[in-house]
Amino acid sequence: MFEHYLSLLVKSIFVENMALAFFLGMCTFIAVSKKMKTAIGLGVAVTFVQAITVPANNLILNYLLKEGALEWAGLGDVDLTFLGLLSYIGMIAAIVQILEMFLDKYVPSLYNALGVFLPLITVNCAILGGALFMVERDYTFGESVVYGIGSGAGWAIAIAVLAGIREKLKYSDVPQGLRGMGITFITVGLMSLAFMSFSGIQL
Amino acid sequence: MASENRKALLDPVIASNPIMVQVLGICSSLAVTSNLKTTIAMCIALTLVTAFSSYFISLIRNQIPSSIRIIVQMTIIASLVIVVDQFLRAYAYAISKQMSVFVGLIITNCIVMGRAEAYAMKNPPVASFLDGFGNGLGYSVILLILGVFRELFGSGKLLGIEIFKLVSDGGWYVPNGMLLLPPSAFFLIGLLIWAMRTWKPEQVERNEYPLATHTKAQPAH
Repeated sequence: MFEHYLSLLVKSIFVENMALAFFLGMCTFIAVSKKMKTAIGLGVAVTFVQAITVPANNLILNYLLKEGALEWAGLGDVDLTFLGLLSYIGMIAAIVQILEMFLDKYVPSLYNALGVFLPLITVNCAILGGALFMVERDYTFGESVVYGIGSGAGWAIAIAVLAGIREKLKYSDVPQGLRGMGITFITVGLMSLAFMSFSGIQL
Repeated sequence: MASENRKALLDPVIASNPIMVQVLGICSSLAVTSNLKTTIAMCIALTLVTAFSSYFISLIRNQIPSSIRIIVQMTIIASLVIVVDQFLRAYAYAISKQMSVFVGLIITNCIVMGRAEAYAMKNPPVASFLDGFGNGLGYSVILLILGVFRELFGSGKLLGIEIFKLVSDGGWYVPNGMLLLPPSAFFLIGLLIWAMRTWKPEQVERNEYPLATHTKAQPAH
C-alpha cells in the first residue's frame, strides 16, 4: 500500500510534471518566474492549495456528483456529473477564499509571504487540471491526497528551477527578437527535455 | 462595420495576438497541437467560448458588483464550457477523449478571463463579442500553425491523411518523432515569437540589464 502511494508521489512530481509534461499553469509559470523569491512563494502557495483542493473535489465527486452518489439523500438514480466543471471551479474559488481569510487571521506571517499570489491561484490551470486528472483517473481519496501534494510540489520545483535559470539569463547577450519571452520558452523546452529522462521510473 | 468594431475584431489577430504579444492562454496551445484534429476542435471551442462569454459578461457588466465579479465571470464561462464539453462528448467522442482534461481547462484559459476582465467589463456587448471572437481567431492562427507543423513533420500526415510517405511504409520520409513530444512545443513557440518580433520589431522587449559596451582599455602605445 505504502509503495503504491510512494510510486504515485514520484510519478506526479517528476514523470508527469504538471508544468513540463502537461503545460499546466503556463501563464503564471512564465509571468512570475523572473525572481527566485516570488517563484518560491508562488510554488509553496500552489502546493498548499493543490493539496487541499484535489481531495476536496474528490469528496464532491464521490458524495454529490457521481451516479448513485446521492444515495444518502434518497436520490439514488441521479447523475450530476455534467455539473462537474462548475462545481470544481466553485470549490476551488471557495477554498482559496476561505484559506485567505483563515491565513490572514491565524497565520499572518504566511499570509504576508504568499501575498497577492493566493487569490491568483484560483485561475491557475494547474489547480483545476489536478482536479480534472483526479476525476479522469478515478483516484480514491487517499490517492487524491498524495496526487495533490505531488503534483503541486512538482509544479513548485519546476518554477523554482526556471526562476533560477532566468536570474542568470539576464546577464547574457540574447538576440534582439528572442529577448524575454522567446528565450524563456526555449529554456522551458530544454527543461522539459531534461524532465523526460525521468519517464520510465517505476517504483 | 464601424471602424471601432473592426479594430476590436482584427487587432488581436496579428497586432496584439493573445499568445505572441499578451502571452495568454499558452497551456492549451501547447498541449493539444500534436495533431491537427484536436487543434481544430480546440480552436473552435475556445473562439466560441471567448466570444459568447465576453458577450454575456458585457450584457450584465453594470449589474455585477465588483467584489464578486470574478466568481460571476467564472460561472458564466464554466456554464459555456460545460455546453461545449457535453456537445463534444455527444457528437465527437473520440476527439473529446483525446483532448481529455483540456476541454475543461478552457475555463481557466487566461484568454477568456483576460478578455472578460480587460475588455468586456468596460465595453458594450457587440464590441465585446467581436473582441472575444478576434482574440479567439488570433489564438487559432497560432494554434493552427503549430498543429500543421507538428503533425506534418512529426508523423508525415495531416488530419490523418498521409502527405509524406514514411520510411517504415517504404517511402522516403523519416519522421521527426520529437515534434510529437512536449518539449518541441516550447521550442516552436519560442522560435515563432522570435520570427514574429523580427518581422515587427516594435514588439521586442526592453532590455532590463543592457550589457555595457566593450570596456577593455586600448593597448597603450
